[in-house]
Amino acid sequence: MPTKIEKDAISGQDTTGHEWDGIKELNTPLPKWWLYTYYATIVWSLAYYVFYPAWPTLSGHTGGLLGWTMRGEIAEQMSAAQASQAPMVSKIAAASLEDIRKSADLRGYAMAGGRSAFGVQCAPCHGAGGAGAKGFPNLVDDNWIWGGTLDEIYTTIQYGVRNANDKSRLSQMPRFGADGVLDSKQINDVAEFVLSLSKRSTDPAAVTRGAVVFAENCVACHQEGGTGNQELGAPNLAANIWIYGGDKATIVETIRNSRQGSMPAWAERLDDATVKMLAVYVHGLGGGK
Amino acid sequence: MSFNHAIIEKNAIILAVCTLITVAIGGLVQIVPLFTIEQTIERVDGVRPYSPLELAGRNIYVREGCYVCHSQQIRPFRDEIERYGHYSLAAESMYDHPFQWGSKRNGPDLARVGGKYSDAWHKAHMIDPRAVVPESIMPAYAFMADRPLDYSDIDAHLRTLKLIGVPYTDEMIANARADVEAQKNPDADTSGLLKRYPRAVVSSFDGEPGKVTELDAVIAYLQMLGTLVDFRNVKPEQLRQ
Repeated sequence: MPTKIEKDAISGQDTTGHEWDGIKELNTPLPKWWLYTYYATIVWSLAYYVFYPAWPTLSGHTGGLLGWTMRGEIAEQMSAAQASQAPMVSKIAAASLEDIRKSADLRGYAMAGGRSAFGVQCAPCHGAGGAGAKGFPNLVDDNWIWGGTLDEIYTTIQYGVRNANDKSRLSQMPRFGADGVLDSKQINDVAEFVLSLSKRSTDPAAVTRGAVVFAENCVACHQEGGTGNQELGAPNLAANIWIYGGDKATIVETIRNSRQGSMPAWAERLDDATVKMLAVYVHGLGGGK
Repeated sequence: MSFNHAIIEKNAIILAVCTLITVAIGGLVQIVPLFTIEQTIERVDGVRPYSPLELAGRNIYVREGCYVCHSQQIRPFRDEIERYGHYSLAAESMYDHPFQWGSKRNGPDLARVGGKYSDAWHKAHMIDPRAVVPESIMPAYAFMADRPLDYSDIDAHLRTLKLIGVPYTDEMIANARADVEAQKNPDADTSGLLKRYPRAVVSSFDGEPGKVTELDAVIAYLQMLGTLVDFRNVKPEQLRQ
């Protein structure tokens, strides 16, 4: 196919010289601005090869003149963030819980920091607002299992409940049914008695019988009148506030098989200042003593 | 331009040779770095093949398409590190076939979810996610609690992975089925299991001793994610790159 480049009369541009069934194609050059931008990006990429990590080699890659690494950059960002928080965080680490609560500055910082840590670490079980869920205690009411003072909350967060930590909060309710301590009738009776503590029993005879069972088996931890004992982590049974549910079937199940909810020891995972901020935050949710 | 591409277009041999050269360059650029992967990959202490129960859980994780909504890669950004923990290292997925990095986070990243929640939480959450996280949009997987885990062929899974380079030993393969049962039973003699799979979590998982369910396997898998490397002893800057 002979090629014949000719000038197009209308546009004044050359043609490519190809012809298909009488149709010819203009060979309009690329716009200058586009072409020079393209050359500039090539130059830019060459500079990039020189200054940044780029080419693979036999045992790694070229490092670039700037010595930049993603890991180096994130390490710098993290330490810069820590440095900017350090003045307040070190004050919180040094101050007592009571001092943090009294100082408006420290308290404001601790509430904000505690809220952030709570959202990441605690919300999955205790809920985004601290209202708990079945099996996971409510933290916004004033009913506490292991105590609601700042120090008690701090200790609970530090060492957790029923975990492998040496200082973990530990209480072990017996499995009254599963281990044969009580028979089904006794469990039914004592469940009625527990219901009567919040004035919900429908069987007075069973309550009378259950009171005896309660006095023999439960009083040591849950106390006279079922008011509980925070030293032992025995919940208050008279407040009609329940972790696992307060209907009769659930109470029977609890007596039969016991409950062994657990919480991690956060001192193993978080620094002390964060645990303190969490304590102040949880205490400030509304139920703190 | 003095260069006339009509010459290439009109000579099939020249066109074929030039095409071959071009494709060869493109191919070499992609293939040659793979020859040196043994030298360039970084290694980190602690990463081990999955225990048989974890592997069964991982298979269910893949079967149910968990990766569609959950990623398993913590990127080196401050917000991700503060929420999820240390950024992921490639070596942490070296025994994943296929890896579960994912590309979408309808739910949170799971690369370091191991040990973050209790087994009881995972059980409640799998049966009804809204019971523990009211705002959750995750589907319920309650059926897994009732389905017995089929691990009759778990040793074959180990053998298959060995074929593609996961260092399962003959001893691991021989004990695969027994190890599934041992990891589910806190009262069992687990010394062999823990020797074969250091840091494996032994627990009754769904709280019901005896039969191994699919839920047990999934919880066992979730509870080990991201826990193998002890970052107190690892300085990623010192890793061979």
